[in-house]
Amino acid sequence: MLDILSDVDRWRADGQRVAVATVIRTVGSSPRPLGSKMAVSDDGGIAGSVSGGCIEGAVVEEARSVLEDGRPKRLSYGISDELAWSVGLTCGGEVEVLVERIDG
Amino acid sequence: MGFDSLRRSLLAGERVVAFTRAEGGELGARLLVWPDGRSEGTLRAAELDRTALGLATADDLPATGLREIEGVEVFVETFEPLPRLFIVGAVHVAIHLVHFARRLGFRTVVVDARSAFATAERFPHADELVVEWPADYLARVPLHANTYCVFLTHDEKLDNPALQVALEAGVRYVGALGSSRTHGKRVAALLESGLGQELIDRIHAPVGLDLGGRRPEEIAMAVAAELVAVRNGRQAAGKR
Repeated sequence: MLDILSDVDRWRADGQRVAVATVIRTVGSSPRPLGSKMAVSDDGGIAGSVSGGCIEGAVVEEARSVLEDGRPKRLSYGISDELAWSVGLTCGGEVEVLVERIDG
Repeated sequence: MGFDSLRRSLLAGERVVAFTRAEGGELGARLLVWPDGRSEGTLRAAELDRTALGLATADDLPATGLREIEGVEVFVETFEPLPRLFIVGAVHVAIHLVHFARRLGFRTVVVDARSAFATAERFPHADELVVEWPADYLARVPLHANTYCVFLTHDEKLDNPALQVALEAGVRYVGALGSSRTHGKRVAALLESGLGQELIDRIHAPVGLDLGGRRPEEIAMAVAAELVAVRNGRQAAGKR
């Protein structure tokens, strides 16, 4: 959390909306521990991470709609997932993240 | 989502537990609870809030992860304050150590009685810079199992009394710079002043993992690596 704070503070001071994704569940080998966070700004700024780089792109895409409508989303990524090809979870584990917009 | 309160608490070094509904129509509903029983927000069900409050004010704080509370899946997240690293001696190695340690998630406090060394120009990146006799300073701040102390002054008048304070307080880690000859003299002096052998044996000396380097930044990295090993419970890894 502290690792994303300075970027989040700066974006919000600029008047941007910010979404935060949090790792809430992992199965098997997963590169980032529970509670790891990634923040995404309106301008496409990214801080922190929720995996070793394999799902960040997909989470950023999902975060856009969360930024728009403010409705939280729970997302699952894993090898059994049909997205696996496009997302490419190389570690072979499963990760679930909760994405929400910061509304104060 | 309680972000601003959470942010304030983390920056102030407070413990806080966040409960977030992880399923259903109330996905994202959040309750923050501080160990003293203060709370903010709601999980939008009175019995859920009550049970969560009990969990977060128990002696053992809940582990971070999903759990079922009153039949509802909730993500529980316990935020612990950052470990504190006291660096005694505002020397060259300390400048680099502050850089590495902050990156690695330590709150850094540099202490030295010598105002020529402990300057804001040399340590603009330290979380705190204290010009005071190190033993006096360590004796008046809270030291506990989440505290790490590194002694770098090369001056036994500054190091030894402060070392004694840190060892007696039971901090998580004590490391002291110096060759084995220097350390031998230090051990003799500490024994002389009445400190027990078992406490003295807790000093990591020579300080840092053996990376084979001699430059200040290399020594700082060796110390930072040892701090990480200790924090992760791998105390003995890489010791010579």
